[in-house]
Amino acid sequence: MNWRAIWAIMRKDLRVVLQNKGVVLPIILVPVILFVVLPLLVLWLPMATSSAGADNGDLQELLSMVSPGLRAQLEGLDTNAAGAVFFLVYMLAPLFLIVPLMVANVIAADSFVGEKERKTLEALLYTPTTDGELLTGKLLSAWLPALAVSLLGYALYSITANLAAVQLVGKPLFPNLIWTVMVVWVAPAAAAFGLTSMILVSTRAKTFQDAYQTGSLVVLPMVVLLLAQTTGVIYFNIWLTLALGLVLWIVSLALLYYGKRTFHRTELIARL
Amino acid sequence: MSDPIIAASGLTRRFGDTLAVAELTLEVRRGEVFGFLGHNGAGKTTTVRLLNGVLTPSAGQARVLGLDPMADGPALRRQTGVLTETPSLDERLSARLNLSLYADLYGVPKGEVKPRVEALLKTFELAERADDKVGAFSKGMKQRLALARTVVHQPVLLFLDEPTAALDPVAARQVHEMILHTAREGRTVFMNTHNLVEAQRLCDRVAVMEHGRLVAIGSPHDLARRLVRNLTVEFELAPDSTAQALQVLQQAPGAASAGPRNGVIVVSGAERAAIPDLIALLVGAGVPIYQVAPQEPTLEDVYFALHSETEVKP
Ligand SMILES: Nc1ncnc2c1ncn2[C@@H]1O[C@H](COP(=O)(O)OP(=O)(O)OP(=O)(O)O)[C@@H](O)[C@H]1O
Ligand SMILES: [Mg+2]
Repeated sequence: MNWRAIWAIMRKDLRVVLQNKGVVLPIILVPVILFVVLPLLVLWLPMATSSAGADNGDLQELLSMVSPGLRAQLEGLDTNAAGAVFFLVYMLAPLFLIVPLMVANVIAADSFVGEKERKTLEALLYTPTTDGELLTGKLLSAWLPALAVSLLGYALYSITANLAAVQLVGKPLFPNLIWTVMVVWVAPAAAAFGLTSMILVSTRAKTFQDAYQTGSLVVLPMVVLLLAQTTGVIYFNIWLTLALGLVLWIVSLALLYYGKRTFHRTELIARL
Repeated sequence: MSDPIIAASGLTRRFGDTLAVAELTLEVRRGEVFGFLGHNGAGKTTTVRLLNGVLTPSAGQARVLGLDPMADGPALRRQTGVLTETPSLDERLSARLNLSLYADLYGVPKGEVKPRVEALLKTFELAERADDKVGAFSKGMKQRLALARTVVHQPVLLFLDEPTAALDPVAARQVHEMILHTAREGRTVFMNTHNLVEAQRLCDRVAVMEHGRLVAIGSPHDLARRLVRNLTVEFELAPDSTAQALQVLQQAPGAASAGPRNGVIVVSGAERAAIPDLIALLVGAGVPIYQVAPQEPTLEDVYFALHSETEVKP
């Protein structure tokens, strides 16, 4: 492996990608909404409703639907505190995974398909890089930023979520075991899933917009997890978190194995 | 002398039912500027791809710089530079960054990247705009930058795919100068073009492709000799004998047509072997001859001669 060439491909892709508003906007907006706006909403809502003298009926109803395992975790907390723990620790977990997934996906869309659209791929194919180096460079240029954004996002979230937790629960909730596993094990797998699925999309898609739209379907599994947890089918305990990471890694590796077989310059050039 | 730098034998590439390149056999010598001529779709770009190991041949083989493009692609591409049909530049990046990234990709020694990039920016007259985004460049500037990028790793063999197709005459002339400059530095140049004047001006030898097949190869001069049978000859005669001369020439067996133009008589469609007879006839008729100037056939004549030949073939 020629790491200097791989590094050059990464630098090239990132410099180019970061000038695409269609990429930069979601990379900034989604984490800000999830990690800053939502926790503040969690903090603000009970205060607003209790000061208005309303009861917590809706929240109680929501909490009554969660799985028995999760209910045990919330045992002994008053409704507002239980609600805060439920939202901050459990509800947001599948949403958190959307961030690495989306960041990797949208960067990969620009790096794999955008490059074709901009007609800059051909010159790259004539360089002495091997197909493996080319693919590695492109994968890393989407994967590493996804990790960076989720780490940064988590750091930010720890602050805003603790701010809300101290108010409502009386103690900080982060860091904790589930979220640590999420950040170091599941998020990298989610990023890998986001970008390996894009290799497949890129064989069909002609434009960045096409690829981006098709690619955004990868968040669907996270939405399913979110619904499953809200309706009490599952909850994000440590085992589920570990297993989710494992499944995402396995799917990603399978996609990578399949994608690697389609990623040959001799095929890419014929599809330009 | 030495081994050919490119040797293709029976090289073939199909796309579905299309034969893009059909049993191409040819040799390119070290140090020459080789023109690869053909209409749109003749198979020029496909050939360059095959010779650089970025496209798999359907049949046949090639050796370029002694290497098999399919087996030794990376090692081969380290020594070749390819100017693609579209400049293929990163328009969102500066000229300087476009060059230095490719210097890294081609493994230019780290310490040499900076001086080499600066020197190229200067040579290709881009130094003043080095930090501007390429998207704002004119076509001519883009093409110069693409050419600079093609030689950033000092390749011994250059492939240029229609280097002047999109340029105005001034920009095209600049690119020609640069091609001749790189050729003088000892590089071999393989140039795709359908610009015959360009080929005639720059190339030591040319190959003519038609529907994926090689139909002629040689120096422009040899090809003209060999393939263009009908010459155009200008006779400058004493002004008062024009009418008489016309009469003689129009009845001569070797000339297809003769007519006055700008004070001379132009005979076209003459066979090379018939010219001495025409002169003898005029002298015999007592016409004073000041000058006989056969017009050298151009590559264009060659091209159309070949074209009409292949059109007629079943
Ligand atoms: N990737 C591809 N898929 C299908 N057909 C192709 C492909 N590449 C080339 N062809 C076909 O092969 C033939 C030769 O194409 P090629 O691009 O080599 O011609 P060319 O001489 O470079 O033409 P031009 O002057 O237009 O650039 C054409 O008929 C073209 O349509
Ligand atoms: Mg072409």
